[in-house]
Amino acid sequence: MPVPDFEPVIGLEVHAQLLTRTKIFCGCSTRFGAPPNTQVCMVCLGLPGALPALNRAAVEMAIKAGKAFGCRIAERSVWARKNYFYPDLPKGYQISQYELPICSGGAVPVPGLGSIPLERIHLEEDAGKNVHTATGSEVDLNRSGVPLIEIVGKPALRSAEGASEYLKSLRLCLIYLGINDGNLEEGSFRCDANVSVRRKGESKLGTRVELKNINSFRFVRQAIDFEIARQVELIESGGKVVQETRLFDNEKGVTRSMRSKEEANDYRYFPDPDLPPLRVSKEWMEGISTPKLPHEIADALAAAGVSQADARSIVSDPRLVEVHRKVGGDPKRAALFVVGELGRAVNEKEADLSALKFDPALVQEVWKLQDAGAISSTAAREVLAELIRTGEAPQKIVERKGLAQVSDQGALEAVVDAVIARNPAEVEKYRGGKVNLLGFFVGQAMKDLKGKGNPGALNALFKKKLGP
Amino acid sequence: MKADLLPLSLVSEALASGTVPADALLEAFLARIRALDGRLHAFLRLTENEAWAAAKASVQRRANGKALGPLDGVPIALKDIFCMEGVETCCGSRILRGYHPPYDATVVRKLRQAGAVIVGKTNMDEFAMGSSTENSAFGPTANPWDLTRSPGGSSGGSAAAVAARLVPGAFGTDTGGSIRQPAALVGCVGLKPTYGRVSRFGVIAFASSLDQVGPFAQDVKGVAHLLGAVAGHDPNDQTSSERPVPDYASALDKGVRGLRIGVPPEYFGEGLAPEVEKAVRAGIESLRAQGCEVRETPLPNSPHAIATYYIVATAEASSNLARYDGVRYGHRAKASQLLEMYEKTRAEGFGAEVKRRIMLGTYALSAGYYDAYYLRAQKVRALIRRDFDQAFASVDAVISPTSPTTAFRLGEKMDDPLAMYLNDVYTVPVNLAGLPGISLPCGFDSKGLPIGLQLIGRPFDEETLLRIARAAEPAEQRLPPILEGR
Amino acid sequence: MSIDRAQVRHVARLARLALSEEEEERFAAQLGNVLEYVERLQAVDVSGVEPLGFAGDATAPLPLREDEPQPCLPREKVLSQAPEQNGEAFLVPRILE
Repeated sequence: MPVPDFEPVIGLEVHAQLLTRTKIFCGCSTRFGAPPNTQVCMVCLGLPGALPALNRAAVEMAIKAGKAFGCRIAERSVWARKNYFYPDLPKGYQISQYELPICSGGAVPVPGLGSIPLERIHLEEDAGKNVHTATGSEVDLNRSGVPLIEIVGKPALRSAEGASEYLKSLRLCLIYLGINDGNLEEGSFRCDANVSVRRKGESKLGTRVELKNINSFRFVRQAIDFEIARQVELIESGGKVVQETRLFDNEKGVTRSMRSKEEANDYRYFPDPDLPPLRVSKEWMEGISTPKLPHEIADALAAAGVSQADARSIVSDPRLVEVHRKVGGDPKRAALFVVGELGRAVNEKEADLSALKFDPALVQEVWKLQDAGAISSTAAREVLAELIRTGEAPQKIVERKGLAQVSDQGALEAVVDAVIARNPAEVEKYRGGKVNLLGFFVGQAMKDLKGKGNPGALNALFKKKLGP
Repeated sequence: MKADLLPLSLVSEALASGTVPADALLEAFLARIRALDGRLHAFLRLTENEAWAAAKASVQRRANGKALGPLDGVPIALKDIFCMEGVETCCGSRILRGYHPPYDATVVRKLRQAGAVIVGKTNMDEFAMGSSTENSAFGPTANPWDLTRSPGGSSGGSAAAVAARLVPGAFGTDTGGSIRQPAALVGCVGLKPTYGRVSRFGVIAFASSLDQVGPFAQDVKGVAHLLGAVAGHDPNDQTSSERPVPDYASALDKGVRGLRIGVPPEYFGEGLAPEVEKAVRAGIESLRAQGCEVRETPLPNSPHAIATYYIVATAEASSNLARYDGVRYGHRAKASQLLEMYEKTRAEGFGAEVKRRIMLGTYALSAGYYDAYYLRAQKVRALIRRDFDQAFASVDAVISPTSPTTAFRLGEKMDDPLAMYLNDVYTVPVNLAGLPGISLPCGFDSKGLPIGLQLIGRPFDEETLLRIARAAEPAEQRLPPILEGR
Repeated sequence: MSIDRAQVRHVARLARLALSEEEEERFAAQLGNVLEYVERLQAVDVSGVEPLGFAGDATAPLPLREDEPQPCLPREKVLSQAPEQNGEAFLVPRILE
């Protein structure tokens, strides 16, 4: 929704749950979906006397993200208590990082937009779940203590579309890094948007509004578009944008003020005395490897001849990248297989990328058969489909289904001669100029061969025998 | 002397030599508790079933030649701040009335592993906030030397229990003097170890960067045994140190010839009762006579210690006590909506001193005040630590009075919180600097009330502290009047 | 350094403490006394001094916890201490929006 005269300024804050096996400050499992309050202990319940014990794996995942996005990794970072009262916050404070976070700076690569700069990435613990009922709330603390990284983007985005692309790219990067599962519905990847507008040409930032409860990419665009329009209308009619937090109502497509705040929360941040400052040595940091990010892999594929579109499709899922790698051989041809046959099979639920029934290396065997003329290209497609479905060896599929193509020159020549011999009228017409009768001849030969003739070879033979 | 009147290390020897079996010993102490604690109110509850089981197990082990160590079969009391699974633990507060922790503090687990016989939970100032045990929601404890006076606080119950020979050993916690000051006021030995020496896991938190667990006994050697049983790294407490734990009892009798003691002039100024000063100086002279070098070690930032402490400790406490909100455990007020529930629960559950400190701490952290109060206090804290570092360049321990006065009357200081805070003037700097400190008896005043002297040591150098304390401890044990008439 | 009743009320709200009028007045006076006492810290020269937050050995190695699941508390134990629960979750009164 382009709004002339005004420029939107958007910065996104993403909270991503880390794929550690245990919570950030205790050994409780982080598995999603357990019955309420069955994955809790004295620490994540905030019982008197309990103390936090920091999980090394959570720190390593944060470092991984920091390295991948080119952040500065702090050699010394400090845990801070963010104090407020809410039923899903058992200690009455959240352990987070405030003045000295583990990562600062950096940028997220977004295809089409370039690098979108980050402010910082820090570690913190998740709160539990508060479910409102008719009479009050029910509190489930299974989620309390799950490790989060908060990725704070600078206000560098200029459209709802851009925001959505940024989120998609960030999400995919985190999946590739193996630190987040990208599940917006389950809430393991959450996004808040800070939105303000200013007249074009102005350098000062407008008052920003925080949008919450955005849990799909489509809602991101809707919520931000609505908010931009609301702010512009407000200003143009002489009003002022109030700094506040607004909830996105995804049924009505509008943002609404959260009137419950009597006064802005004073979180009274101070360094948590139960946790010594976190020290990340150079050795530790250097020892943490980061896998390639999707855009790097897409670039490499394109350099190897794969089309941009196919490259983008493949990197949209790290499992597809893995299959492509395992297929091997010509990258472009492998890409066509992945995007084509495999893509179709996945769409039709004939293949599960998490549990492939076939060895991708066998695809090359099918190509060999095709290139040698042993099977036609149509047959090859059928073999591949069957391979995907059952994992059966390609040669066996060809034999079982009788897909072998006759390519032997002698055998073909015999058939060609036979067809020419019994169709003298058509031969004459062809020799008289009706060259499109070639298809008829090839068709006749195919009939005789029960469809197993090598069409290219037949074509060539007929041309030779009939031609001038 | 009967075994149940001996100091802990001699009780331990009596058990080891077979002079007295652990179950007979327990019976003797329980009988004394039944006879005297009605007047003292040192205990909030007894854990008799557990104690009997532990005593019997100890007898069995000893019969099989498998005794565990110096604490095997020794009756111990625990301040009601230590979580014991299934045992009501209230931390001196109404807000935790009826709360039964589902887990044991690490210290409790270690004491059980050492074969100690845990007899019960002792009285304390609510959430360890106080210097007189008068802030307990369950009534004060009396001083065994004069039942109209306070035993000090916040670990007053543990101190009184040891001084009245209800148990030979006990544990408390010390955040600003809460072990050392009561030890001085009741005439026993009390040690606050170096910050990080003992695990805080399962110890209900008051001020996390200041709290430490520590032992009480009538003798220094007893304190050494108690410390040895609980010291050491705990993976559940990431502020605990991995440094190895020495055998604290083995180096005690090395003597003090050649050791250097520092006397800070700031600790001998205004506010110090003359009789206390006299007794402490006599203690210094006795050490000099035994071969210590004594010199002056100024600690110029000492006058700022109380102010620093009451900002840092209350700020941390205001955050630590936020979890008492009526949602998951403890008291909950009747209310129709959440905010009302929070506010009423905490108003009903907390006593006045706790509320005051929560308010002070919240204020010190609040927007606009953080830099001027909390941040500034942590910087002054660094200066206080620096003073000690400089002193320890030339001495091995610093010596001072523990408390400016002897035991005051119950009710005397309750109207003026600030006056109560000033009791801690010699003890809080030690917590702020994270150093070990011990109080031991060094005489009596003209009213017959005990006087304590304090030794402060280098980080993790409890050995030197115990060694000097051993040389300075009184040769004879005087029994408090409450025990007369036996 | 005095503290007025409005400030006392604000701090009490942040700390979720309901105070009676009498308490507000008493605390204002008592806290005022303490705040006046701690004013002395303003006069200390702290230029160039790093705050001392962690009282332990700041240079000691910090062993971190390995990512191995440990047994959780059984739910009956967890909920048994709760003032109000429904066998699955803790129950709290409604939040006034």
